[in-house]
Amino acid sequence: MNTPFQIVVCGSIVPDPLQTLEPVTGPSGPSLKNEMMLPAVLDPWAGHALFEAAHLARNTPGSKVWLVSLGPKAKLQQVMMTVAQKVPFELVALDGPSSGFTDSFETAAALAGTIQGIAGLDASRLLLFGGWESASRGAGATLQMIGERLGITEQFLGVDRLRVRDDGTLEILERVEGGKHQVSVCAAPPAVLGWATGDLPEPRNNPQIGMANMRAIMPALQRAKAAPVSNAGLSYASVILPKQQRETRVIRNQPAEEIAREIVAWIGED
Amino acid sequence: MEAILLLAHTEPDGSLAKPALEALAAAKGLGGELMVGLVGGATQAAADQIAGCGAVRFLAVTGPAFAEPRYSTDAAAAEALCRAAGAPLVIAPATSRWARALPGVAYRLGGRVDTHATNIAVAGGGPVVTRWFYRQRMEATLTRTGRPWVVLLEAGCGAAWSGAAGAAAVEAVAVEAPPTRTTVTGVQAPQADEQTIRPDAKLLFVAGAGWTKKQADGATHVAEAESLILGFLRAAKASLGGSKSLVDLSGEGEAVLRFMTHMNQIGQTGATPRHPKGLSACCHGEEPHVVGWRFVNQRRAINLDPNCGWARGKADVLYVADAFEVMRHVNRLLGAPVG
Repeated sequence: MNTPFQIVVCGSIVPDPLQTLEPVTGPSGPSLKNEMMLPAVLDPWAGHALFEAAHLARNTPGSKVWLVSLGPKAKLQQVMMTVAQKVPFELVALDGPSSGFTDSFETAAALAGTIQGIAGLDASRLLLFGGWESASRGAGATLQMIGERLGITEQFLGVDRLRVRDDGTLEILERVEGGKHQVSVCAAPPAVLGWATGDLPEPRNNPQIGMANMRAIMPALQRAKAAPVSNAGLSYASVILPKQQRETRVIRNQPAEEIAREIVAWIGED
Repeated sequence: MEAILLLAHTEPDGSLAKPALEALAAAKGLGGELMVGLVGGATQAAADQIAGCGAVRFLAVTGPAFAEPRYSTDAAAAEALCRAAGAPLVIAPATSRWARALPGVAYRLGGRVDTHATNIAVAGGGPVVTRWFYRQRMEATLTRTGRPWVVLLEAGCGAAWSGAAGAAAVEAVAVEAPPTRTTVTGVQAPQADEQTIRPDAKLLFVAGAGWTKKQADGATHVAEAESLILGFLRAAKASLGGSKSLVDLSGEGEAVLRFMTHMNQIGQTGATPRHPKGLSACCHGEEPHVVGWRFVNQRRAINLDPNCGWARGKADVLYVADAFEVMRHVNRLLGAPVG
């Protein structure tokens, strides 16, 4: 019999990957051009973490999932309209920047404080989930600092699988170098898990879940506290787009065998 | 320039791996007083390996408890080394082990951390870090006033240090292993002949979803695609990357390339590996997928579409041809096993 988990997923929003992104620099530092106009999505790795959390909660009766998200309130609302249809969760929102140029240290401080404020959260059953990095800053550092602030020193990064074994211990597979996984066993929560892609497909939209989620999400958004992130001590000398454009030599109507010979010769060159 | 601590962990054989030597070269290049901090089950051999690097101190946390990569023990060891060295700048290779542990260490030290740095240089008398944002779509240089500043350097961005080995005088830093609830039980790796991710390979082969689509005869040829790709990887000792669309097909359980997993995925939501050469076949798409081979130096592509966004302006050479046909010939020339 497994004890229920209390799963807190940290995840924010990022610009839709298909959008063209252009940096601009203002008095408060760099940002994206027309950032508030860009369509946003839930960060892909945070999404994997959320889906894994919901899967674990579904298979462990009595468990509960919170999504703690720091982002501009209006954009969060927009993204939640879609995310809410995927899996059941309770949103805890913070109204602040979701920019890739915000510092992970201060982001972690804001998120940790919010998690500590969740009413009824049992820290001994806590599994802190999130993406192993974001698609905006890509720091891969925020979760560890939240964990430290919460006093959790069982931490895992690049997780692709979590299995609750019959004895209640957690078997965790983390990505390591060379396409391999490190296998660890964690005796019990609390623990921090930064998810890579996991191995679950994205759940289909379920309007009933969406309606149930949205009843709590709208009040949560209204309650969202302001969480400014000042980036103290951090300054950007430049932010540029790569200009590299290659002169592509297009080869048509060349027999396959000849192409193959050229490729093999090229592979063999130093 | 301020004092620098290079943090490195040993490999299972007791040596330092290439990413650690690259980080060492980068640290030396800054010109500040250099100290080395080592963590591992045994550390003397690693210290000896870099004895000639010019470090003024070699510090080490050594013992069986610190042999396995694990957050609690690694963080305790790194924290102790940072405190013992007292260096305002800490440089480490961005290995999976340090990526897991060092952000928490930065917090414990009251410092700041920057990960995935691709360069560190001196400007105006202080360190300046270069890193990418928004999944390799824009590059920034940044500085910080907060110290200690922990910087994790990506592998493959600079030359590795090479120099004389010797006998290093190692100062042991005593650390009591913290209580932990985590036991590392092993490593899962594909069998040798199924290993498709080879970080040190000279060539990255990127397969796109086109391999699973209907071909000129109106049928799919997935089994042959598998055979051709695996045969090529073995013969060329290449690493395999996959486009998101192809990897997602595999994840959805469809009868597609069985060896293709999310770990092979490159691009906006995948990896951006560093290899000297890249060959793509049947890949389609514009940004953001193309960022997958942003750090590949020489690039060639095989595609039936001469206007393919993956290749035009991104590859050095685009062969407008049937990838199946070309790769059959390539494999024959390389002597790849058939089937």
